[in-house]
Amino acid sequence: MFQIEFENQEKVVGIDLGTTNSLVAWMNLTKPEVIVGEDGDKLVPSVVSIASDGQIIVGNAARQELIDHPERSIYSVKRLMGRGVEDVQEELKLFPFRIAAGSESVIRVVLGEKTFTPPEVSALILRQLRKNAEEALGATVSKCVITVPAYFNDAQRQATRDAGRIAGLEVLRLVNEPTAAALAYGLDKRKEGIIAVYDLGGGTFDISILKLQDGIFEVLATNGDTHLGGDDIDNRLLRIALEDVKSEWGEDLSASGEAVQTLRRDVIRAKEALSFAPVVTIEFDWHGKAYRREITRELFESLITDIVDRTLGPCRDCMRDAGVTPEQIDEVVLVGGSTRIPMVRSAVEVLFRAKPHTELNPDEVVALGAAVQAGILSGTVENQLLLDVTPLSLGIEMYGGVVSKIIHRNSTIPASAGETFTTGVDGQTNVLIHVVQGERELAKDNRSLARFDLKGIDPMPAGYARVEVRFLIDANGILNVTARDARTGKEQSVDVKPSYGLTDEQVEAMIEASIDHAEDDYNAAQVAGARVDADAILAATDKAKRTDAWVELSDEERQKITDAMNRLQLAYHSDDHHLIQAQIDVLNEVTHALAENMMNTAVRGALKGTHV
Amino acid sequence: MSPTCWNCGKPAPSRFCAECRALQPPASDYFAFFEIPRALAPDLKDLEKRFYALSRQLHPDLFSRKSAREQEYSLESTAILNDAYRVLKDPVARTLYVLKQEGFDVGEQSTKDVPPELLEEVFELNMALEELRMGDEDARPQLEAARARFRKMRDELDADLQRQFAGWDASQRAETLAAVRALLNRRKYITNLIDKASHVPDRV
Repeated sequence: MFQIEFENQEKVVGIDLGTTNSLVAWMNLTKPEVIVGEDGDKLVPSVVSIASDGQIIVGNAARQELIDHPERSIYSVKRLMGRGVEDVQEELKLFPFRIAAGSESVIRVVLGEKTFTPPEVSALILRQLRKNAEEALGATVSKCVITVPAYFNDAQRQATRDAGRIAGLEVLRLVNEPTAAALAYGLDKRKEGIIAVYDLGGGTFDISILKLQDGIFEVLATNGDTHLGGDDIDNRLLRIALEDVKSEWGEDLSASGEAVQTLRRDVIRAKEALSFAPVVTIEFDWHGKAYRREITRELFESLITDIVDRTLGPCRDCMRDAGVTPEQIDEVVLVGGSTRIPMVRSAVEVLFRAKPHTELNPDEVVALGAAVQAGILSGTVENQLLLDVTPLSLGIEMYGGVVSKIIHRNSTIPASAGETFTTGVDGQTNVLIHVVQGERELAKDNRSLARFDLKGIDPMPAGYARVEVRFLIDANGILNVTARDARTGKEQSVDVKPSYGLTDEQVEAMIEASIDHAEDDYNAAQVAGARVDADAILAATDKAKRTDAWVELSDEERQKITDAMNRLQLAYHSDDHHLIQAQIDVLNEVTHALAENMMNTAVRGALKGTHV
Repeated sequence: MSPTCWNCGKPAPSRFCAECRALQPPASDYFAFFEIPRALAPDLKDLEKRFYALSRQLHPDLFSRKSAREQEYSLESTAILNDAYRVLKDPVARTLYVLKQEGFDVGEQSTKDVPPELLEEVFELNMALEELRMGDEDARPQLEAARARFRKMRDELDADLQRQFAGWDASQRAETLAAVRALLNRRKYITNLIDKASHVPDRV
């Protein structure tokens, strides 16, 4: 009976799966809170390393591995999510990704002896976050909200959702990062206004403009660049340092993974320090040699001017699409570690003519917002609602390779469009639809999403068949396609061939493969969860024993309860969550009468207080 | 909307069953969905208020702990809500929607056929554009004057449309809709001309 209050309390966590760092947060009663990991850090570096014995290392510990065993480690995997090998040629020049052969439609990276798809690597990061959350909250965590860059396309979103599934998490919602940030800031804030969120992270840039009205966050427009971020700044400093070293030492270190990773760490340190000091020194020690280089903020700013400028075009486009002028923007929110750079802050201030908010830690604000969204979905946060948009137009390839747009970018999601298709040849029994995402006129210049094969059309003369296809972009920004025969009203089968990414079967296989590994973690989490429940019911029973309701029970009833409490306390220290749960159930059963007595007492008390 | 609730079988439910509060499949007509009369000039402030209120009732975020069927209806309903709001708040999209619902053919209009009364204007515009392309900067003021004239025409058309909208909303006469359709075609043509006159070729 006492259990009622603990039911439906499964925690839904919010996860910021970042290019550089990842975080997990939850709603602690009414306030979102980032969860601290076992190493005492809130940020989990998005670095994964596989030791030679197969042990998986994630986060801070993997950062050292990245230097000691670069061939067994990977970082910035988010850059590869939902992309084909031809998309990432630029990345491959700058990042030490080792791509396996046969990676045409799904990239596979080599880590030690094995190959992994990007969603599998991301799943390893998610598992670590999940573990951190389960240990901190003492409960099983199986549901989550994950944030994605607003400008992520369908394939990148699907890849993120796949990563969640592989990690054994039910992804209740994908939320756009800037929108999540607005949610985090929106708590107890103004009643209405226009908010711009500028999000410059490790690898992606997003700008979103929202209208806030009585708790509804309506995204008016979004824009961005999925290839722009702090990584680009690091690469620039790294290149300079490598050239310096080459001319000073007469040694080209760029082929040594270990040296490059050490130097990368050192230039990042210098970059971060430059946000607070006018001049810093890059300090790189390598096999007894020392490289020192002073960098002034002035030089640094001249190096990154074009990177900062590249964010401004999307900002202007976004304002135009939202139909607002800089004067109309009431609040500007900064998100992402790169917004600590003074030059970025002043560029934003000049553009929007408003002093940006920096109260919340730009590294944490997205995760905090994800936790708020988790709260909305689990019903603990009321009155707030997010209305997001799709960042890219959805179109179908028409005759001649031209695109016909059916859902325009910046449409509020869920959004849908219906199209009727017919056959072009007598007796034709299937129709192939090529769906693309992007703003360009020709299909080949846009992002290919998938080919949908409408099959099983009754053979008839050309142009007679009528297949109604419904394209629906759901609240995650992911496309769903259904079709029906307009003449018979019967559902038509649709075969989906995604252009990039994993098929459902591949994801299933990966989930299977990860389950073996997951068993230990799972059991530990179950035990932790059961103990939390046990604590709660024991405490509630203890409290009840100090009330009149306890006195009203018979001796026999009181004895039963005491016995059940003792047995539960014994089971508590076993590692068997089934046993703990069984004893909880027993105690729950025998406390029925006690709980009822308490309720009656409460009702009597309440009645006494009223004037009948 | 269906005559009986899918969940409890009680008769004639509206958006939510009065009996069991289950969400019902959505109405497909945009005006019916918003529970407002079909109109060419609806109250936009009221429309926005309804949009927010309906979002608060129907959004998938509020159904994540409900049955799969209700989740599906929530997704369907919210998609229609968003599609409907997008169309109804935009004057051109809204008018085309009403025309279609009232049985008018609103297929792709050819913009190649020049309305006779604009023949001379279009001829002059093309001349000016051609001269600019050839490097004759003297044609620039001409072009700007043309653009200003077209803008004025469009403003007049819009005023005319507003009057027709009010007329149809009051009386629902088919002739008014025919006039609206003609005005809309003309407006589309003039908008194209404005675009054309705005994309001035660069100096050679």
